[in-house]
Amino acid sequence: MIYADNAATTKPSRAALDAMIPCLEGQYGNPSSLYTLGQQAREALEDARARIAKNLNATPREITFTSGGSEADNQALRSAAAIGARKGKKHIISTKFEHHAILHTLQALEKEGFTVTLLDVHTNGIVTAAEVETAITPETCLVTVMYANNEIGTIQPVAEIGAVCHRHGVLFHTDAVQAAGHLPIDVQAQNIDLLSLSAHKFHGPKGVGVLYAKKTIPLTNLIYGGAQERGKRAGTENLPAVLGMAAALDDACAHLAANTATVTLLRDTLIAGLSAIPHGELNGDATHRLPGNVSFCFEGIEGESLLLLLDQKGICASSGSACTSGSLDPSHVLLAIGRPHEVAHGSLRLTLCEENTPREVEEIIESVRQVVSYLRGMSPVWRDLQEGRKNYVIQ
Amino acid sequence: MLYSEKVMDHFTHPRNVGALENADGVGEVGNAKCGDIMKMYLKIKDGTIEDVKFETFGCGSAIASSSMATELIKGKPLSEALTLSNQAVAEALDGLPAYKMHCSVLAEQAIKAAVKDYYDKNNIPYDHEQFAATACCHEE
Repeated sequence: MIYADNAATTKPSRAALDAMIPCLEGQYGNPSSLYTLGQQAREALEDARARIAKNLNATPREITFTSGGSEADNQALRSAAAIGARKGKKHIISTKFEHHAILHTLQALEKEGFTVTLLDVHTNGIVTAAEVETAITPETCLVTVMYANNEIGTIQPVAEIGAVCHRHGVLFHTDAVQAAGHLPIDVQAQNIDLLSLSAHKFHGPKGVGVLYAKKTIPLTNLIYGGAQERGKRAGTENLPAVLGMAAALDDACAHLAANTATVTLLRDTLIAGLSAIPHGELNGDATHRLPGNVSFCFEGIEGESLLLLLDQKGICASSGSACTSGSLDPSHVLLAIGRPHEVAHGSLRLTLCEENTPREVEEIIESVRQVVSYLRGMSPVWRDLQEGRKNYVIQ
Repeated sequence: MLYSEKVMDHFTHPRNVGALENADGVGEVGNAKCGDIMKMYLKIKDGTIEDVKFETFGCGSAIASSSMATELIKGKPLSEALTLSNQAVAEALDGLPAYKMHCSVLAEQAIKAAVKDYYDKNNIPYDHEQFAATACCHEE
Protein backbone atom coordinates (compact mmCIF):
# COMPACT_ATOMS: atom_id res chain seq x y z
CA MET A 1 0.00 0.00 0.00
CA ILE A 2 1.14 3.53 -0.78
CA TYR A 3 -0.28 6.03 1.67
CA ALA A 4 -0.59 9.42 -0.03
CA ASP A 5 -3.39 11.02 1.96
CA ASN A 6 -1.44 12.67 4.76
CA ALA A 7 -3.68 15.75 4.70
CA ALA A 8 -6.56 13.48 5.77
CA THR A 9 -4.59 11.90 8.58
CA THR A 10 -1.10 10.59 9.27
CA LYS A 11 0.35 7.41 10.65
CA PRO A 12 1.09 7.90 14.36
CA SER A 13 4.85 8.08 14.85
CA ARG A 14 6.88 5.74 17.06
CA ALA A 15 7.60 8.69 19.34
CA ALA A 16 3.87 9.41 19.71
CA LEU A 17 3.05 5.77 20.46
CA ASP A 18 5.90 5.48 22.95
CA ALA A 19 4.58 8.53 24.78
CA MET A 20 1.02 7.22 24.82
CA ILE A 21 1.29 3.55 25.68
CA PRO A 22 2.59 3.91 29.30
CA CYS A 23 -0.24 6.31 29.94
CA LEU A 24 -2.80 3.81 28.63
CA GLU A 25 -1.31 0.99 30.68
CA GLY A 26 0.01 1.88 34.16
CA GLN A 27 -0.12 5.66 34.42
CA TYR A 28 -3.85 6.04 34.11
CA GLY A 29 -4.35 8.60 36.90
CA ASN A 30 -6.74 11.54 36.60
CA PRO A 31 -4.75 14.80 36.59
CA SER A 32 -7.33 16.28 38.97
CA SER A 33 -6.73 13.62 41.67
CA LEU A 34 -4.65 14.48 44.74
CA TYR A 35 -2.81 11.20 45.25
CA THR A 36 0.55 10.46 43.65
CA LEU A 37 -0.85 8.63 40.60
CA GLY A 38 -3.03 11.64 39.82
CA GLN A 39 -0.30 14.17 40.47
CA GLN A 40 2.07 12.29 38.18
CA ALA A 41 -0.57 12.59 35.48
CA ARG A 42 -0.87 16.33 36.24
CA GLU A 43 2.90 16.75 35.88
CA ALA A 44 2.93 14.88 32.58
CA LEU A 45 0.04 17.03 31.32
CA GLU A 46 1.73 20.30 32.26
CA ASP A 47 5.05 19.14 30.84
CA ALA A 48 3.30 18.41 27.52
CA ARG A 49 1.64 21.82 27.62
CA ALA A 50 4.99 23.55 28.19
CA ARG A 51 6.64 21.68 25.32
CA ILE A 52 3.80 22.48 22.91
CA ALA A 53 3.91 26.12 23.98
CA LYS A 54 7.64 26.25 23.35
CA ASN A 55 7.21 24.86 19.83
CA LEU A 56 4.79 27.70 19.03
CA ASN A 57 6.78 30.38 20.92
CA ALA A 58 3.84 30.75 23.30
CA THR A 59 3.51 30.41 27.08
CA PRO A 60 1.93 27.31 28.67
CA ARG A 61 -1.14 29.17 29.97
CA GLU A 62 -1.93 30.21 26.40
CA ILE A 63 -2.39 26.56 25.40
CA THR A 64 -5.85 24.98 25.73
CA PHE A 65 -6.26 21.31 24.88
CA THR A 66 -9.28 20.49 22.74
CA SER A 67 -10.72 17.46 20.96
CA GLY A 68 -9.09 18.58 17.72
CA GLY A 69 -8.95 21.27 15.07
CA SER A 70 -12.71 21.68 14.62
CA GLU A 71 -13.30 22.34 18.32
CA ALA A 72 -10.36 24.74 18.44
CA ASP A 73 -11.71 26.62 15.39
CA ASN A 74 -15.21 26.80 16.90
CA GLN A 75 -13.93 28.07 20.25
CA ALA A 76 -11.56 30.59 18.68
CA LEU A 77 -14.34 32.12 16.56
CA ARG A 78 -16.91 32.06 19.36
CA SER A 79 -14.46 33.71 21.75
CA ALA A 80 -13.43 36.48 19.35
CA ALA A 81 -17.08 37.04 18.37
CA ALA A 82 -18.09 37.41 22.04
CA ILE A 83 -15.32 39.96 22.60
CA GLY A 84 -16.40 41.85 19.49
CA ALA A 85 -20.08 41.77 20.44
CA ARG A 86 -19.28 43.30 23.85
CA LYS A 87 -17.73 46.27 22.02
CA GLY A 88 -20.53 46.45 19.46
CA LYS A 89 -18.25 45.14 16.70
CA LYS A 90 -19.93 42.39 14.74
CA HIS A 91 -18.05 42.06 11.46
CA ILE A 92 -15.73 39.14 10.67
CA ILE A 93 -13.39 38.70 7.69
CA SER A 94 -12.36 35.34 6.31
CA THR A 95 -11.76 33.65 2.96
CA LYS A 96 -13.91 31.60 0.59
CA PHE A 97 -11.81 28.47 0.93
CA GLU A 98 -11.56 27.96 4.68
CA HIS A 99 -12.28 24.59 6.25
CA HIS A 100 -15.95 23.96 7.06
CA ALA A 101 -15.12 24.15 10.78
CA ILE A 102 -14.61 27.87 10.09
CA LEU A 103 -17.21 28.46 7.35
CA HIS A 104 -20.04 26.71 9.16
CA THR A 105 -19.24 28.48 12.45
CA LEU A 106 -19.32 31.78 10.53
CA GLN A 107 -22.71 30.83 9.08
CA ALA A 108 -23.99 30.19 12.60
CA LEU A 109 -22.64 33.57 13.73
CA GLU A 110 -24.36 35.27 10.78
CA LYS A 111 -27.67 33.92 12.07
CA GLU A 112 -26.80 35.52 15.40
CA GLY A 113 -26.41 38.94 13.83
CA PHE A 114 -22.78 39.05 12.68
CA THR A 115 -21.84 40.08 9.17
CA VAL A 116 -19.16 38.10 7.39
CA THR A 117 -16.93 39.06 4.46
CA LEU A 118 -15.38 36.13 2.60
CA LEU A 119 -12.39 37.24 0.52
CA ASP A 120 -11.49 35.85 -2.89
CA VAL A 121 -8.44 33.62 -3.07
CA HIS A 122 -7.74 34.06 -6.80
CA THR A 123 -6.58 31.31 -9.16
CA ASN A 124 -3.35 30.87 -7.20
CA GLY A 125 -5.23 30.15 -3.96
CA ILE A 126 -3.63 32.99 -1.97
CA VAL A 127 -5.24 36.02 -0.34
CA THR A 128 -3.12 39.13 0.21
CA ALA A 129 -2.67 41.21 3.35
CA ALA A 130 -3.66 44.30 1.32
CA GLU A 131 -7.02 42.71 0.48
CA VAL A 132 -7.58 41.93 4.14
CA GLU A 133 -6.75 45.54 5.05
CA THR A 134 -9.21 46.91 2.48
CA ALA A 135 -11.99 44.75 3.94
CA ILE A 136 -11.45 45.93 7.53
CA THR A 137 -14.13 48.35 8.81
CA PRO A 138 -14.57 50.03 12.21
CA GLU A 139 -17.01 47.17 13.00
CA THR A 140 -14.49 44.38 12.31
CA CYS A 141 -13.66 42.30 15.38
CA LEU A 142 -11.89 39.32 13.83
CA VAL A 143 -9.95 38.17 10.80
CA THR A 144 -9.62 34.40 10.39
CA VAL A 145 -7.44 33.11 7.55
CA MET A 146 -6.04 29.60 7.36
CA TYR A 147 -2.24 29.17 7.39
CA ALA A 148 -2.34 26.57 4.60
CA ASN A 149 -5.29 25.20 2.66
CA ASN A 150 -6.26 21.59 3.31
CA GLU A 151 -7.11 20.71 -0.30
CA ILE A 152 -4.68 22.64 -2.45
CA GLY A 153 -1.99 23.32 0.14
CA THR A 154 -1.46 26.99 -0.67
CA ILE A 155 0.24 28.97 2.09
CA GLN A 156 -1.26 32.30 3.17
CA PRO A 157 0.84 35.31 4.25
CA VAL A 158 -0.20 34.97 7.90
CA ALA A 159 2.51 37.19 9.42
CA GLU A 160 1.58 40.07 7.08
CA ILE A 161 -2.14 39.57 7.65
CA GLY A 162 -1.52 39.51 11.42
CA ALA A 163 0.44 42.78 11.18
CA VAL A 164 -2.42 44.43 9.28
CA CYS A 165 -4.92 43.22 11.89
CA HIS A 166 -2.86 44.58 14.76
CA ARG A 167 -2.49 47.96 13.08
CA HIS A 168 -6.28 48.16 13.05
CA GLY A 169 -6.88 46.67 16.50
CA VAL A 170 -8.53 43.54 15.09
CA LEU A 171 -7.98 40.02 16.45
CA PHE A 172 -6.31 37.54 14.11
CA HIS A 173 -7.02 33.80 14.15
CA THR A 174 -5.37 31.26 11.90
CA ASP A 175 -6.49 27.68 11.32
CA ALA A 176 -3.06 26.04 11.27
CA VAL A 177 -4.34 22.46 11.17
CA GLN A 178 -2.49 21.66 7.93
CA ALA A 179 0.53 23.81 8.79
CA ALA A 180 1.46 22.72 12.31
CA GLY A 181 4.48 20.43 12.25
CA HIS A 182 5.03 21.16 8.53
CA LEU A 183 5.66 24.93 8.42
CA PRO A 184 7.38 27.13 11.01
CA ILE A 185 5.06 28.64 13.59
CA ASP A 186 5.98 31.54 15.86
CA VAL A 187 2.82 33.13 17.22
CA GLN A 188 4.67 36.27 18.34
CA ALA A 189 6.71 36.93 15.22
CA GLN A 190 3.68 36.08 13.04
CA ASN A 191 1.28 38.35 14.94
CA ILE A 192 -1.13 35.51 15.70
CA ASP A 193 -3.72 36.00 18.47
CA LEU A 194 -5.53 32.70 18.13
CA LEU A 195 -4.39 29.50 16.41
CA SER A 196 -5.89 26.02 15.96
CA LEU A 197 -3.98 22.80 15.41
CA SER A 198 -4.75 19.08 15.34
CA ALA A 199 -2.36 16.31 16.40
CA HIS A 200 -3.25 13.67 13.82
CA LYS A 201 -2.03 15.84 10.94
CA PHE A 202 1.58 15.58 12.15
CA HIS A 203 1.85 11.91 13.18
CA GLY A 204 0.09 12.35 16.51
CA PRO A 205 -3.14 10.65 17.63
CA LYS A 206 -6.67 11.56 16.54
CA GLY A 207 -9.14 13.34 18.80
CA VAL A 208 -6.80 15.92 20.27
CA GLY A 209 -5.77 19.41 19.32
CA VAL A 210 -4.80 22.80 20.65
CA LEU A 211 -6.31 26.22 20.78
CA TYR A 212 -3.60 28.82 21.31
CA ALA A 213 -5.03 32.10 22.62
CA LYS A 214 -2.91 35.07 23.57
CA LYS A 215 -3.14 35.54 27.33
CA THR A 216 -5.09 38.80 27.02
CA ILE A 217 -7.92 37.03 25.15
CA PRO A 218 -10.67 35.59 27.35
CA LEU A 219 -12.08 32.35 25.97
CA THR A 220 -15.76 31.51 25.67
CA ASN A 221 -16.68 28.00 26.77
CA LEU A 222 -18.14 25.52 24.31
CA ILE A 223 -18.21 22.84 27.03
CA TYR A 224 -19.21 23.63 30.61
CA GLY A 225 -18.44 21.46 33.63
CA GLY A 226 -15.31 20.94 35.69
CA ALA A 227 -12.38 23.29 36.15
CA GLN A 228 -10.06 21.65 33.62
CA GLU A 229 -8.15 23.94 31.24
CA ARG A 230 -8.59 26.94 33.57
CA GLY A 231 -12.34 26.37 33.49
CA LYS A 232 -12.45 27.06 29.75
CA ARG A 233 -12.86 23.50 28.51
CA ALA A 234 -14.48 21.04 30.89
CA GLY A 235 -13.89 17.30 30.82
CA THR A 236 -11.15 15.01 32.12
CA GLU A 237 -8.09 15.61 30.01
CA ASN A 238 -7.30 13.07 27.29
CA LEU A 239 -3.82 12.59 28.70
CA PRO A 240 -2.58 9.74 26.45
CA ALA A 241 -3.53 11.76 23.37
CA VAL A 242 -2.02 14.97 24.77
CA LEU A 243 1.28 13.19 25.46
CA GLY A 244 1.24 11.65 21.99
CA MET A 245 0.58 15.08 20.49
CA ALA A 246 3.43 16.71 22.42
CA ALA A 247 5.86 13.98 21.36
CA ALA A 248 4.74 14.20 17.73
CA LEU A 249 5.03 17.98 17.65
CA ASP A 250 8.49 17.88 19.28
CA ASP A 251 9.52 15.37 16.63
CA ALA A 252 8.03 17.34 13.74
CA CYS A 253 9.53 20.66 14.85
CA ALA A 254 12.96 19.14 15.52
CA HIS A 255 13.06 17.70 11.98
CA LEU A 256 11.15 20.47 10.22
CA ALA A 257 13.94 21.60 7.90
CA ALA A 258 15.05 18.09 6.93
CA ASN A 259 11.48 16.85 6.41
CA THR A 260 10.62 19.93 4.36
CA ALA A 261 13.61 19.32 2.08
CA THR A 262 12.81 15.61 1.61
CA VAL A 263 9.08 16.04 1.07
CA THR A 264 9.41 19.09 -1.21
CA LEU A 265 11.65 17.06 -3.51
CA LEU A 266 9.10 14.22 -3.64
CA ARG A 267 6.29 16.72 -4.21
CA ASP A 268 8.01 18.45 -7.10
CA THR A 269 8.86 15.11 -8.74
CA LEU A 270 5.21 14.12 -8.46
CA ILE A 271 4.01 17.47 -9.81
CA ALA A 272 6.41 17.19 -12.76
CA GLY A 273 5.28 13.62 -13.50
CA LEU A 274 1.58 14.40 -13.37
CA SER A 275 2.02 17.60 -15.38
CA ALA A 276 2.95 15.39 -18.35
CA ILE A 277 -0.64 14.11 -18.48
CA PRO A 278 -2.42 16.22 -21.13
CA HIS A 279 -5.30 18.49 -20.12
CA GLY A 280 -4.50 18.23 -16.44
CA GLU A 281 -3.24 21.02 -14.22
CA LEU A 282 -1.91 21.68 -10.74
CA ASN A 283 -4.37 23.47 -8.45
CA GLY A 284 -2.98 26.51 -6.68
CA ASP A 285 0.41 28.18 -6.54
CA ALA A 286 3.29 25.84 -7.45
CA THR A 287 5.76 27.10 -4.85
CA HIS A 288 3.79 28.71 -2.02
CA ARG A 289 2.32 25.39 -1.04
CA LEU A 290 2.71 22.78 1.69
CA PRO A 291 5.78 20.59 1.16
CA GLY A 292 3.63 17.47 0.72
CA ASN A 293 0.60 18.76 -1.20
CA VAL A 294 -0.09 17.84 -4.82
CA SER A 295 -3.56 18.70 -6.12
CA PHE A 296 -4.56 18.27 -9.77
CA CYS A 297 -7.61 18.54 -11.96
CA PHE A 298 -7.89 16.26 -14.99
CA GLU A 299 -10.43 17.05 -17.67
CA GLY A 300 -12.96 14.48 -18.85
CA ILE A 301 -12.98 12.25 -15.77
CA GLU A 302 -14.62 12.13 -12.37
CA GLY A 303 -12.66 11.98 -9.13
CA GLU A 304 -14.40 9.20 -7.26
CA SER A 305 -13.84 6.60 -9.97
CA LEU A 306 -10.22 7.78 -10.14
CA LEU A 307 -9.80 7.20 -6.39
CA LEU A 308 -11.45 3.78 -6.46
CA LEU A 309 -9.17 2.60 -9.26
CA LEU A 310 -6.10 3.99 -7.50
CA ASP A 311 -7.24 2.11 -4.40
CA GLN A 312 -7.34 -1.06 -6.51
CA LYS A 313 -3.67 -0.38 -7.21
CA GLY A 314 -2.99 0.11 -3.51
CA ILE A 315 -2.76 3.91 -3.57
CA CYS A 316 -4.63 5.94 -0.93
CA ALA A 317 -5.58 9.40 -2.22
CA SER A 318 -8.51 11.82 -2.07
CA SER A 319 -10.58 14.08 -4.31
CA GLY A 320 -12.76 17.15 -4.13
CA SER A 321 -15.37 15.63 -6.43
CA ALA A 322 -19.02 15.84 -5.40
CA CYS A 323 -19.34 12.07 -5.39
CA THR A 324 -16.75 11.72 -2.66
CA SER A 325 -18.50 14.21 -0.43
CA GLY A 326 -22.04 12.91 -0.78
CA SER A 327 -23.24 16.27 -2.07
CA LEU A 328 -24.04 17.51 -5.57
CA ASP A 329 -21.40 20.21 -5.61
CA PRO A 330 -17.68 19.66 -5.93
CA SER A 331 -15.21 21.12 -3.45
CA HIS A 332 -15.81 24.75 -2.46
CA VAL A 333 -12.03 25.19 -2.50
CA LEU A 334 -11.71 24.27 -6.19
CA LEU A 335 -14.69 26.45 -7.07
CA ALA A 336 -13.10 29.30 -5.06
CA ILE A 337 -9.95 29.18 -7.23
CA GLY A 338 -12.14 29.40 -10.32
CA ARG A 339 -12.33 25.78 -11.48
CA PRO A 340 -15.62 25.19 -13.32
CA HIS A 341 -17.82 22.44 -11.83
CA GLU A 342 -17.08 19.89 -14.56
CA VAL A 343 -13.32 20.31 -14.07
CA ALA A 344 -13.51 20.37 -10.26
CA HIS A 345 -15.21 16.95 -10.42
CA GLY A 346 -11.99 15.54 -11.88
CA SER A 347 -9.75 16.48 -8.98
CA LEU A 348 -7.12 14.39 -7.26
CA ARG A 349 -5.27 15.23 -4.04
CA LEU A 350 -2.09 13.38 -3.14
CA THR A 351 -0.45 14.43 0.12
CA LEU A 352 2.99 13.08 0.92
CA CYS A 353 5.09 12.81 4.06
CA GLU A 354 8.73 12.09 4.82
CA GLU A 355 8.02 8.34 4.88
CA ASN A 356 7.09 8.26 1.21
CA THR A 357 9.87 7.24 -1.17
CA PRO A 358 10.95 8.31 -4.67
CA ARG A 359 9.99 4.81 -5.85
CA GLU A 360 6.46 5.27 -4.49
CA VAL A 361 6.22 8.61 -6.27
CA GLU A 362 7.19 6.92 -9.56
CA GLU A 363 4.55 4.26 -8.95
CA ILE A 364 1.91 6.92 -8.24
CA ILE A 365 2.77 8.80 -11.45
CA GLU A 366 2.52 5.63 -13.53
CA SER A 367 -0.75 4.52 -11.88
CA VAL A 368 -2.43 7.92 -12.21
CA ARG A 369 -1.38 8.08 -15.86
CA GLN A 370 -2.91 4.64 -16.52
CA VAL A 371 -6.12 5.28 -14.60
CA VAL A 372 -6.73 8.73 -16.12
CA SER A 373 -6.25 7.35 -19.59
CA TYR A 374 -8.48 4.33 -18.88
CA LEU A 375 -11.31 6.48 -17.52
CA ARG A 376 -10.99 8.97 -20.37
CA GLY A 377 -11.34 6.03 -22.74
CA MET A 378 -14.88 5.41 -21.49
CA SER A 379 -15.86 9.05 -20.94
CA PRO A 380 -18.36 10.70 -23.32
CA VAL A 381 -17.08 14.07 -22.08
CA TRP A 382 -13.54 13.20 -23.15
CA ARG A 383 -14.85 12.03 -26.54
CA ASP A 384 -16.60 15.37 -27.03
CA LEU A 385 -13.39 17.22 -26.11
CA GLN A 386 -11.27 15.05 -28.37
CA GLU A 387 -13.65 15.32 -31.30
CA GLY A 388 -13.94 19.10 -30.95
CA ARG A 389 -17.58 19.26 -29.84
CA LYS A 390 -16.45 20.86 -26.59
CA ASN A 391 -13.53 23.14 -25.78
CA TYR A 392 -10.88 22.16 -23.29
CA VAL A 393 -10.83 24.27 -20.15
CA ILE A 394 -7.28 23.13 -19.35
CA GLN A 395 -5.04 23.38 -22.40
CA MET B 1 -17.28 -0.87 2.29
CA LEU B 2 -19.01 1.85 0.31
CA TYR B 3 -20.10 -0.47 -2.51
CA SER B 4 -21.26 -4.08 -2.85
CA GLU B 5 -18.99 -6.64 -4.50
CA LYS B 6 -21.28 -6.59 -7.54
CA VAL B 7 -20.86 -2.82 -7.92
CA MET B 8 -17.09 -3.13 -7.61
CA ASP B 9 -17.05 -5.98 -10.14
CA HIS B 10 -19.03 -3.99 -12.72
CA PHE B 11 -16.99 -0.87 -11.97
CA THR B 12 -13.58 -2.51 -12.30
CA HIS B 13 -14.64 -4.84 -15.16
CA PRO B 14 -17.35 -2.91 -16.99
CA ARG B 15 -19.32 -4.90 -19.58
CA ASN B 16 -20.12 -3.46 -23.01
CA VAL B 17 -17.99 -0.37 -22.61
CA GLY B 18 -17.24 1.77 -25.66
CA ALA B 19 -19.05 3.27 -28.63
CA LEU B 20 -21.01 1.53 -31.43
CA GLU B 21 -20.28 2.57 -35.01
CA ASN B 22 -23.52 3.18 -36.90
CA ALA B 23 -25.69 2.81 -33.84
CA ASP B 24 -29.42 2.83 -34.51
CA GLY B 25 -30.17 4.80 -31.38
CA VAL B 26 -27.98 6.96 -29.15
CA GLY B 27 -29.02 8.51 -25.86
CA GLU B 28 -27.07 10.83 -23.61
CA VAL B 29 -28.29 11.98 -20.21
CA GLY B 30 -26.83 13.76 -17.21
CA ASN B 31 -24.75 16.87 -16.90
CA ALA B 32 -21.01 17.34 -16.57
CA LYS B 33 -21.66 20.10 -14.07
CA CYS B 34 -23.26 17.55 -11.76
CA GLY B 35 -20.46 15.07 -12.31
CA ASP B 36 -22.13 12.34 -14.35
CA ILE B 37 -23.00 11.79 -17.99
CA MET B 38 -24.12 8.51 -19.51
CA LYS B 39 -24.28 7.71 -23.20
CA MET B 40 -25.94 4.54 -24.54
CA TYR B 41 -25.52 3.19 -28.06
CA LEU B 42 -28.05 0.65 -29.36
CA LYS B 43 -27.95 -1.65 -32.38
CA ILE B 44 -31.51 -2.71 -33.08
CA LYS B 45 -32.78 -5.47 -35.34
CA ASP B 46 -36.41 -6.57 -35.68
CA GLY B 47 -37.37 -4.72 -32.51
CA THR B 48 -34.65 -6.40 -30.49
CA ILE B 49 -31.52 -4.92 -28.96
CA GLU B 50 -28.89 -6.80 -30.84
CA ASP B 51 -25.98 -4.94 -29.29
CA VAL B 52 -25.48 -2.20 -26.74
CA LYS B 53 -22.49 -0.20 -25.56
CA PHE B 54 -22.04 2.65 -23.12
CA GLU B 55 -19.72 5.51 -22.29
CA THR B 56 -19.88 7.10 -18.85
CA PHE B 57 -18.27 10.07 -17.15
CA GLY B 58 -18.95 9.65 -13.48
CA CYS B 59 -18.33 7.92 -10.20
CA GLY B 60 -17.94 4.20 -9.53
CA SER B 61 -21.65 3.59 -9.13
CA ALA B 62 -22.43 5.48 -12.36
CA ILE B 63 -20.05 3.25 -14.32
CA ALA B 64 -21.35 0.10 -12.58
CA SER B 65 -25.00 1.12 -13.18
CA SER B 66 -24.32 1.67 -16.90
CA SER B 67 -22.55 -1.65 -17.18
CA MET B 68 -25.32 -3.55 -15.39
CA ALA B 69 -28.04 -1.80 -17.41
CA THR B 70 -26.42 -2.89 -20.70
CA GLU B 71 -26.33 -6.49 -19.49
CA LEU B 72 -29.99 -6.36 -18.50
CA ILE B 73 -31.17 -5.17 -21.93
CA LYS B 74 -28.82 -6.89 -24.34
CA GLY B 75 -30.72 -9.30 -26.57
CA LYS B 76 -34.07 -8.10 -25.19
CA PRO B 77 -37.00 -6.70 -27.19
CA LEU B 78 -37.30 -2.90 -27.05
CA SER B 79 -40.63 -3.18 -25.24
CA GLU B 80 -38.89 -5.04 -22.43
CA ALA B 81 -35.91 -2.65 -22.32
CA LEU B 82 -38.33 0.22 -21.87
CA THR B 83 -39.72 -1.36 -18.72
CA LEU B 84 -36.29 -1.52 -17.06
CA SER B 85 -36.53 0.52 -13.87
CA ASN B 86 -33.74 2.13 -11.92
CA GLN B 87 -34.67 -0.06 -8.94
CA ALA B 88 -34.09 -3.15 -11.07
CA VAL B 89 -30.61 -1.89 -11.98
CA ALA B 90 -29.82 -1.11 -8.34
CA GLU B 91 -31.15 -4.47 -7.16
CA ALA B 92 -29.13 -6.33 -9.77
CA LEU B 93 -26.07 -4.60 -8.29
CA ASP B 94 -27.03 -5.80 -4.79
CA GLY B 95 -27.98 -2.26 -3.89
CA LEU B 96 -26.50 1.23 -4.06
CA PRO B 97 -25.95 3.71 -1.25
CA ALA B 98 -29.00 5.99 -0.94
CA TYR B 99 -27.20 9.08 -2.23
CA LYS B 100 -26.01 7.11 -5.29
CA MET B 101 -29.47 5.96 -6.40
CA HIS B 102 -29.54 8.77 -8.97
CA CYS B 103 -26.86 6.81 -10.89
CA SER B 104 -29.33 4.00 -11.51
CA VAL B 105 -31.91 6.61 -12.56
CA LEU B 106 -29.45 7.91 -15.13
CA ALA B 107 -28.98 4.38 -16.50
CA GLU B 108 -32.73 3.94 -16.93
CA GLN B 109 -33.02 7.36 -18.57
CA ALA B 110 -30.06 6.77 -20.90
CA ILE B 111 -31.68 3.61 -22.28
CA LYS B 112 -34.99 5.39 -22.77
CA ALA B 113 -33.25 8.30 -24.49
CA ALA B 114 -31.50 5.90 -26.87
CA VAL B 115 -34.73 4.07 -27.71
CA LYS B 116 -36.50 7.40 -28.24
CA ASP B 117 -33.69 8.44 -30.59
CA TYR B 118 -34.21 5.24 -32.56
CA TYR B 119 -37.99 5.79 -32.75
CA ASP B 120 -37.47 9.42 -33.83
CA LYS B 121 -34.94 8.54 -36.52
CA ASN B 122 -37.19 5.85 -37.95
CA ASN B 123 -40.46 7.75 -37.60
CA ILE B 124 -41.86 5.06 -35.35
CA PRO B 125 -44.84 6.38 -33.40
CA TYR B 126 -44.66 6.12 -29.60
CA ASP B 127 -46.37 7.28 -26.46
CA HIS B 128 -44.60 10.49 -25.37
CA GLU B 129 -45.66 9.87 -21.79
CA GLN B 130 -43.32 6.91 -21.74
CA PHE B 131 -40.32 9.20 -22.15
CA ALA B 132 -41.19 11.92 -19.68
CA ALA B 133 -37.72 12.73 -18.40
CA THR B 134 -37.27 13.24 -14.70
CA ALA B 135 -34.27 15.41 -14.00
CA CYS B 136 -32.12 14.03 -11.22
CA CYS B 137 -29.77 16.93 -10.86
CA HIS B 138 -29.85 20.70 -11.15
CA GLU B 139 -30.12 20.83 -14.93
CA GLU B 140 -28.87 23.96 -16.64
